[in-house]
Amino acid sequence: MAQETTYYKPEDLKKFGNIGEFGPDLAKKFFDYYGAVFADGALSAKEKSLIALAVSHVVQCPYCIDAYTTDTLEKGATEEQMWEAIHVGAAIRGGASLVHSVQALNKVKELGV
Amino acid sequence: MKSLLARGSELASSKEQLKILTEVSEKLALPSFSDKLKEVGLYPMLPTGVNILQVNLGKLCNQTCRHCHVDAGPDRKEIMNKETMQECLVALATPGVNTLDITGGAPEMNPNFRWFVEEASKLGKKIMIRCNLTILLAGEKYKDLPEFFAKHRLEVVSSLPYFQKRRTDSQRGEGVFDRSIEALRKLNSIGYGVPGSGLVLNLVYNPVGAFLTGGQSTLENDFKKELKQAHGVQFNSLFAITNMPISRFLESLLESGNIDAYLEKLVTSFNPVAATSVMCRNTLSVGWDGSLFDCDFNQMLDMRIEGKAGKISEFNKSVLDSREILLHQHCYGCTAGSGSSCGGSIA
Repeated sequence: MAQETTYYKPEDLKKFGNIGEFGPDLAKKFFDYYGAVFADGALSAKEKSLIALAVSHVVQCPYCIDAYTTDTLEKGATEEQMWEAIHVGAAIRGGASLVHSVQALNKVKELGV
Repeated sequence: MKSLLARGSELASSKEQLKILTEVSEKLALPSFSDKLKEVGLYPMLPTGVNILQVNLGKLCNQTCRHCHVDAGPDRKEIMNKETMQECLVALATPGVNTLDITGGAPEMNPNFRWFVEEASKLGKKIMIRCNLTILLAGEKYKDLPEFFAKHRLEVVSSLPYFQKRRTDSQRGEGVFDRSIEALRKLNSIGYGVPGSGLVLNLVYNPVGAFLTGGQSTLENDFKKELKQAHGVQFNSLFAITNMPISRFLESLLESGNIDAYLEKLVTSFNPVAATSVMCRNTLSVGWDGSLFDCDFNQMLDMRIEGKAGKISEFNKSVLDSREILLHQHCYGCTAGSGSSCGGSIA
């Protein structure tokens, strides 16, 4: 019910393919690229799915979280693998904030504190 | 957990299950499976020929799994009698029928199981046994089953929903994972699943929740690595099977509110390549009472092959080879994604 009062609706995920309605050429390029990115390569499709799960959390995309939680399960990932991936994303996100504290540190010193 | 039948659930009725599948499909405006086949030029679905006789020895089982499409369990008493088994043997002797696939319930609990296997093995056909593993530890009566399987060169096919305890026990019951591992070790100890032994041990994976199976080969590699490292267990191949939205898995989908999304996912994942290789095209399913069906799922939905040759006592290969396969919305389960059959992915 909560979704009814937000912009995000789970049922909209399955409409992702419709984004080309007013721009089919670019949408096709995007989906072709997307499909190629997630195919088995130097990394397996399962590893890529775990990366996508982590990134979904970092960019805080509810659609992506639903999609890649399902996808990693379908590809046989364990819950431990899924949560380690999520923590990798969280660590980078946290680290990205904290590494900027070097600037704060520099400023503190510049100000002669 | 008790069977749907023992609980007096409405879902014990195949009519009720089919009604739900029809209603959900209509509500979501999903195309009928027949119409989908028409779109890709595969309607009517015709057999390529009966090569595999899949015989269900009964619904009696020592386990009550959450997703069981048979609604099997210790409280189910329907089992095949010896006379019907004899009729199955006559059919099995028919040229062109190359494989006997024995299933249940736990088929080993049928008192005539060993006799049936002994007689079938005299015909020189390939024999597969769908063994739930824990039956091998269910007491004195069953403890020599691995040696019995090996003596008759049975190909053992066993369900193991996951290579970890939590998901396996969640689907098949508390303690099933540990007992399954012990049973697998027992099978390995006499050569099953060991390279070069000629004794084949295949595992069956099906998802523990409302999602489809991913790549079978990746899953097989994961299962092999994890089972070997953590438990010293070996096996030959992994068969990835899609959960059919019928019986106790249908109950689970309804209770969890996933029925709409799951059925829609099956339909939108329709793969015409998989549709050409569905198991009903080369397999005939025999119910515990001798009734004939296009597959094990049609059997559980009571969708009988009608007319002449509708019972195993009337088995007629040429009539059955030219029949029309009965279809309903659950058939999307065999054609979604990489497809699904009793032998795993098909596309």
